[in-house]
Amino acid sequence: MSTAERIAPSYLEEGFSLRSWLGTRDHKRIAILYALGITFFFFLGGLAAALIRLELVTPAGDVLSAETYNKVFTFHGVVMVWFFLIPSIPATLGNFLLPLMIGARDMAFPRLNLFSWYLYIVGGLFTIACLLLGGVDTGWTFYTPFSTMFSNSNVMLAVVGVFVVGFSSIFTGLNFIVTIHTMRAPGMTWFRLPLFVWSMYAVALVMMLATPVLAMTLALIALERLFGVGIFDPALGGDPLLFQHFFWFYSHPAVYIMVLPAMGVVSELITAGVRRRIFGYKFMVWAIVGIAVVGFLVWGHHMFVSGQSMYAGIIFSILSFIIAVPSAIKVFNWTATLYKGDISFTAPLLYALGFVGLFMLGGLTGLFLAATALDVSLTDTYFVVAHFHYIMVGGSVMAYLGGIHYWWPKITGRLYSEAWARFAAILMFFGFNLTFFPQYVLGWEGMPRRYHEYLPQYQVLNVLSSAGATILAVSYLLPLGYLLWSLRHGARAGANPWNAQGLEWTTPSPPTLHNFEETPQVTGGPYAYEQP
Amino acid sequence: MSVTVRHLREQFDDAVQQREASTLGMWAFLTTEILFFGVLFAGYAFCRVMFPEAFAAASRHTDMLLGTLETAALLTSSCAAALAVREVQLGGRRAATWLLLATAALGSAFLVMHGFEYVAEYHEGLIPGLRYTQHGPHAASMQLFFCLYYFITGFHGLHVSIGVGLLLAMAWRTHRGAFDQDYHTPLELTALYWHLVDIVWIFVYPLIYLIGRAL
Ligand SMILES: [Cu+2]
Repeated sequence: MSTAERIAPSYLEEGFSLRSWLGTRDHKRIAILYALGITFFFFLGGLAAALIRLELVTPAGDVLSAETYNKVFTFHGVVMVWFFLIPSIPATLGNFLLPLMIGARDMAFPRLNLFSWYLYIVGGLFTIACLLLGGVDTGWTFYTPFSTMFSNSNVMLAVVGVFVVGFSSIFTGLNFIVTIHTMRAPGMTWFRLPLFVWSMYAVALVMMLATPVLAMTLALIALERLFGVGIFDPALGGDPLLFQHFFWFYSHPAVYIMVLPAMGVVSELITAGVRRRIFGYKFMVWAIVGIAVVGFLVWGHHMFVSGQSMYAGIIFSILSFIIAVPSAIKVFNWTATLYKGDISFTAPLLYALGFVGLFMLGGLTGLFLAATALDVSLTDTYFVVAHFHYIMVGGSVMAYLGGIHYWWPKITGRLYSEAWARFAAILMFFGFNLTFFPQYVLGWEGMPRRYHEYLPQYQVLNVLSSAGATILAVSYLLPLGYLLWSLRHGARAGANPWNAQGLEWTTPSPPTLHNFEETPQVTGGPYAYEQP
Repeated sequence: MSVTVRHLREQFDDAVQQREASTLGMWAFLTTEILFFGVLFAGYAFCRVMFPEAFAAASRHTDMLLGTLETAALLTSSCAAALAVREVQLGGRRAATWLLLATAALGSAFLVMHGFEYVAEYHEGLIPGLRYTQHGPHAASMQLFFCLYYFITGFHGLHVSIGVGLLLAMAWRTHRGAFDQDYHTPLELTALYWHLVDIVWIFVYPLIYLIGRAL
């Protein structure tokens, strides 16, 4: 414990004024700022989801008009993708943990880090302004020519919001890359990095290399709306399909921006939960890198029915199957780590196990969609909706919450209620499956997405889904309650309440401003748990 | 050593680490820049393959003389920027200041020349969405060329403007003695950025002004 004895005040006690927060350069405080913003947008986007599920309880479009329904699901998508999922793990847990895990005092560029948060907020304000002024109805994908020529909703504000938040993403990625390259403590070699750090490295690369493409594409849309001409305009011979290529060149890798960090978190949770070394560390690293790289080459699987050439379709299909391989390696290695392990079912591990199960189901149904012949009938049905919610909500959100629980004592210095947390994790798992599994069946039976009404034969499954959504909502509100409660009433956490490995656990809870009394010397790899 | 310690930010252990981080940060930023422009070049390539005649016809409306002069100005300015960095590395402050001012002046000259081009094009009615008066078989698709032309040169011009601002700031700091042999990272990184602006133009120039004329 000698390393963790408190000498200096914790980062939370470094100042209490609003200014000390809004002007902070401390990566840990910036992480908290992000967490506040992200939580706000999560529940805002969740509210939109609640409206969607409410509308779909009955076959008739009786709660929302078709136009309003379009705006509601667009808002849900835009907010959840860009203001919750993409920044969720990197900007909160990543910001907080990256310097701690590599033994650094802060990010390489602390001011840029704070600037990224302000960009996030400004982008968020544009999006909220868009909502207040009547919303946008293009879907989160902004497909042309609808978004450029026909939609008379607030496309501009939404596009500007996403454009601005994109820069937040780019700068966060840049900061992570430079930090991991140049700020590692002595002895912290590349293959001694915790897998969470590797996942942050991969995700930072994807953020840096994919987001500029989105930004430019949105700028092209904005100009086309502004001046009435542009390269996506079919009247001039421009090609709306070109927009789809650009958009998915970003937005497929964006899926990996959402899921790679989750994989990193889960690797930490599982090793700590079973107190074992990760099985196949190097395979895990190469799988992360492989997913990040191949993830750039599969975007065309979103366009199988958009009119791209047959040969392009075949190639994108094969590549999409290939990218399942590293994902499968990861699932295999997590399972092997658990095998015969001394498993203690703490809340973080429950979340991690939930992630593995849901990610697997989401991944396997992804293979259905990667097959061109099957995709033709499944495109734009609820099967697709269920598939990506299994990856993004079942996968990423579970992992995010698992990580929040696991590092909560480190971040806040308090212990949360394990009993409540386990209950919430289990409830979430069942609520999630009840919400989204019926949607696989609905899609398989042919129910199209993005309509506010449907044929009566789909009602039973839709009611089940909406019931599940209610349970899911409760399970998301529970952590908000007991985690906030723990801030005041939770027991004080020691430096290492999980008895876990990793440099972050050698610092006091919560850590001091500069994290380490003296720069740590690293002498071995991560997860040095005693093997049985 | 005292000079370098003065500039050391608290998150870094030493000047070497700080220098490495700043340099890598700039290279990473330049990589994202390539992707920003990459979208526009990809759009150009796609539209050009679709409408080769319209693109050839449209590019004959560009001003090759001004375009060439602009290219010369930018290339010369990049050389001046490189020389300025070298001067500082050798300890020559006065010469470096003048070289930086020359770089900024050439960059401004580039912007002014491009402004003349835009004005001429406006009078000729070549700006889609604002004033487009072209007729003929390719008039519609020629707008694709001009959309890309204005977006690419406009976005590049924005970079030149930011670069001129940075160069002036660096000239001021050099003049005030902020840099010496040990510490001149900001100057080096500004020059690096300026070279990227230059390199992008080296691709823009032939695409916009030259290859259409060969047809
Ligand atoms: Cu995809």
